[in-house]
Amino acid sequence: MSITRPIATTRSATGIPTGKLAVWWVVGSEIVIFGGLLASYVMHRLGHPEWAEYASHTNTWFGGLNTFVLLTSSLFAVLAHYAAEHGDGKKAAKWLLGTCAGGLLFLGIKAVEWTGEIQHGYTITANGFWHFYYTAAGLHALHVIAGCIIMLIIANDARKGKELHRVELIGIYWHFVDIVWIFLFPLLYIAK
Amino acid sequence: MAEAGTADTHGADAHDAAHGHHAQSFLSKYIFSTDHKMIAMQYMFTGIVMALIGGYMSYAFRMQLAFPGESVPGYGVVSQGEYNSLVTNHGTIMIFWVAMPMLIAAFGNYLIPLMIGADDMVFPRINRLSYQIFLISAIILVVSFFVPGGGFGGAWTAYPPLSASAEYNLTPLGATFWLVAVALEFVAFLLGGINFITTLMNARAPGMKMHDIPMVLWMIVIASILFMASVGPLIAGAVMLFMDQVVGTGYFDPDRGGDPILWQHLFWFFGHPEVYVVLLPAMGIVAEIICTFARKKLFNYKLILYTAFATGIISFFVWAHHQFVAGIDPRMANVFTITTLIISVPIAEMLFLYIATLYGGSIRLTTPMLWALSFIAEFLIGGITGIFLGASGSDIYFHDTYFVLAHFHYTFFPIAIIGFFAGITYWFPKMFGRMMDEKLGKIHFWGTIIAFNFIFIPLFILGAAGQHRRIYNFQNFPDLAGMQDLRVIATSALLVMLVFQVIFLFNFAYSLFKGKPAGKNPWKANTLEWTADSPPPHGNWPELPNCYRGPYEYSVPGREDDYWPQDVPPDTAPAE
Amino acid sequence: MIQGIYDFIKGIFAPLGDYLIGSFVPVGSSFAGDIDALIALVAVFVGFWALLAYAAFFFLIFRFRERDGQRAQYVTGEEKDLKRWITYPHAAIILCDVVIVFMAIMVWYDIKQRLPEADSTVRIVSQQWAWNFVHPGPDNELDTEDDINTFNEMHVQEGTTYHYELLSKDVLHDFSVPVFRLKQDAIPGRVMKGWFKPTQAGEYDIQCAEMCGIGHGIMGARIIVETPEEHAAWMSQGSAGKLASR
Repeated sequence: MSITRPIATTRSATGIPTGKLAVWWVVGSEIVIFGGLLASYVMHRLGHPEWAEYASHTNTWFGGLNTFVLLTSSLFAVLAHYAAEHGDGKKAAKWLLGTCAGGLLFLGIKAVEWTGEIQHGYTITANGFWHFYYTAAGLHALHVIAGCIIMLIIANDARKGKELHRVELIGIYWHFVDIVWIFLFPLLYIAK
Repeated sequence: MAEAGTADTHGADAHDAAHGHHAQSFLSKYIFSTDHKMIAMQYMFTGIVMALIGGYMSYAFRMQLAFPGESVPGYGVVSQGEYNSLVTNHGTIMIFWVAMPMLIAAFGNYLIPLMIGADDMVFPRINRLSYQIFLISAIILVVSFFVPGGGFGGAWTAYPPLSASAEYNLTPLGATFWLVAVALEFVAFLLGGINFITTLMNARAPGMKMHDIPMVLWMIVIASILFMASVGPLIAGAVMLFMDQVVGTGYFDPDRGGDPILWQHLFWFFGHPEVYVVLLPAMGIVAEIICTFARKKLFNYKLILYTAFATGIISFFVWAHHQFVAGIDPRMANVFTITTLIISVPIAEMLFLYIATLYGGSIRLTTPMLWALSFIAEFLIGGITGIFLGASGSDIYFHDTYFVLAHFHYTFFPIAIIGFFAGITYWFPKMFGRMMDEKLGKIHFWGTIIAFNFIFIPLFILGAAGQHRRIYNFQNFPDLAGMQDLRVIATSALLVMLVFQVIFLFNFAYSLFKGKPAGKNPWKANTLEWTADSPPPHGNWPELPNCYRGPYEYSVPGREDDYWPQDVPPDTAPAE
Repeated sequence: MIQGIYDFIKGIFAPLGDYLIGSFVPVGSSFAGDIDALIALVAVFVGFWALLAYAAFFFLIFRFRERDGQRAQYVTGEEKDLKRWITYPHAAIILCDVVIVFMAIMVWYDIKQRLPEADSTVRIVSQQWAWNFVHPGPDNELDTEDDINTFNEMHVQEGTTYHYELLSKDVLHDFSVPVFRLKQDAIPGRVMKGWFKPTQAGEYDIQCAEMCGIGHGIMGARIIVETPEEHAAWMSQGSAGKLASR
């Protein structure tokens, strides 16, 4: 069963590419989800001064390293977009693989970090701070995984010179995932 | 014809030529279709099935209320726990699996491409995925009734600590299945929303400007945006509640530093905009029908649009009127009283603008028109009774009573049920190529509307007399026991109303096969869907139409016909 | 001055309030009449607008019904003389809303934002699925030897101003007394405070007004409003023979 692209998909009455409208919609809905979660965290944090002590046990070095890894992967996404704009699908695919590798590295560092914390007894059920720590970072990690999977699919198409406009779109999504981390890092690691 | 011959307009032809037209298999045509019309049908039929389930639940619990302790025919004895589960799931099903899929997903999916002159939504596969996730969510919810421990019974609002801990709710599996089903429904509608907004914004026919868009499409898209912007915090809350239920965190457990009120804020921050998410599309459907059968332009299209936007924006600032006595800071209650009374203004204005549309018309009381007009009449009662609840002082008395229940049924019933019947009787000819029977339609209409009022007016009275919600047997309360007659009247009216629905189901099924052939435009309406075949083929038109004017150019002076479809090119000679 | 305006408006609607609500549910507390008057005010205002809207609605349907040879008019809704039919009611409704908001805030402030000096305090403990009431004994102090504990039955004295302390042992509940027109959610981990002053002797329902599980429907209790003599007699029995259920 082949599904050709409807004519509707090729139109653009606003002048904005349809794919971009779609990605911004997705990003918008994610902003409200993470916004709700983080706002709840901040409200709790303000009401529970003792959480500062709990938070002191997070590892700022791991957090900082992960921040650097994600920022670098976002840079690769920008380079991928640049290549795609110039029609170089193969190069775009390479840079996207780099972005994905950054995401995987991020997850690996997180795994090591969490293993250590759990072994020290800082589990998700330990107290309110750790509830939020694992839930927020875990939800973020799920979005990293989803992003990587979609990115691999787009990279595969780009390698063959197809659907190059999607490189920018997954880049937008990835920048959003990055920005969520930019909020999580100070809230979970630096505020002690 | 200026734009004829451009590649853009050859819809179904190019489509078919591109993949060498072949007959689609049953699976690809009906089950795994990406065609917006088929997906709309899938949503609609799922919604109808869920409405029957939700209606059955209301039958069971209203029988228990009228005849406490007696075995309900077709159900059995309703136990205390089952009662709670029935009212919980009735509410949950009607809002998330009936109102939203019928009004937004079914009519939205069906109408958006057809009314803007497109051949499909811009992302057909995401559209299909949204339905698949929605179907899975419906299945999970139904399964939740049969798991060990029974279905969730903590009310559709699911306040913790009750909802968070099996120790309190005694339905561990049911509570989690319920929560997962609701969360998946949210995901399905977020996905669906992608298509609505991008298709409406970008895939319009050449010549269709923003103010040429039919009002129903604006309403559906504004509703989609409202949904997207408000559901996020509740999804976050659902994740937290899930963690409490399954992992053992204490987000909402005061003993562990959690706060039950946080859930309430997250829930109602979504919950209030949600009522406008379902209201606006229903009002949009009513607008289309009134214009067609009064042969009139909408009264001040721009102003109606502004009131819709205003309602949407203000709806984000009223939520805590659901929490006046919940333990919020009492000073905050005053703020929310003010905002809630403010929001009544644009809604009232919208209703007045609709009534004004009747002025100077040539009104034909067909079945769709009867439904559309009854929406206004019944919703008016729902709207004004909301004022008693938005004013904090009187809400102290009315909160959690049947007054609230009657208020929201006078809003939700018009929205979900009247809105659906209005839309389906109006667009049935387009969807299925045949006319529904007018006589049966009118009998169904009157039976339903009259019975509806006899169900809920007694409930207003009971609420004003202090009767509280979610209680399975009022004989336990000496001050209330004596008003049993009113409860019996309400239940009897419900039985009558349910019987009348058989007439609709029969009319629907019969007309599918034996209804009079409809032709393209049986109602002589202006909007683009009426220029396609009935039913439209895959791709909707052989050549996609252009748009030359607004959607409500009825009774234009100097023209012979009293309607002027959007796709008809302007006259080369000036009108006399 | 504000109090004066409030009293004046309340005075207009109080009789209707007595009729609409008070004739069904006893006016059992000092502020029940205030709430009833507010309800009556809202009823009059929204009733007025509803009748106007229905009159216009049915008139227009009849006047402009389809007739042979008669064509509809082409009306955009931007015509000044027609738009007035929307904008004037729009402004009038806003004025009505201002009055409603003013009266609502006054009533709310009195019941929920202030705590008048109390003659006595009573503690209400809600749980799945019963009510426990702790009355101060003759010494009028809670948490002393002579406190009187009851189960599903609350005893208060007519004409006395009470503070209540509302607690929950498990999930959310809500202490609701329709004849007082009073309601307050009970939240585990917090002590909710408020006040009431019973004005009519008699026995009335207490309902739980927040879904609290399977037994939510059997969590009714009774409040016994006693004359000073009855109340003294009840208190003198002490804790012996208490903890009686309904």
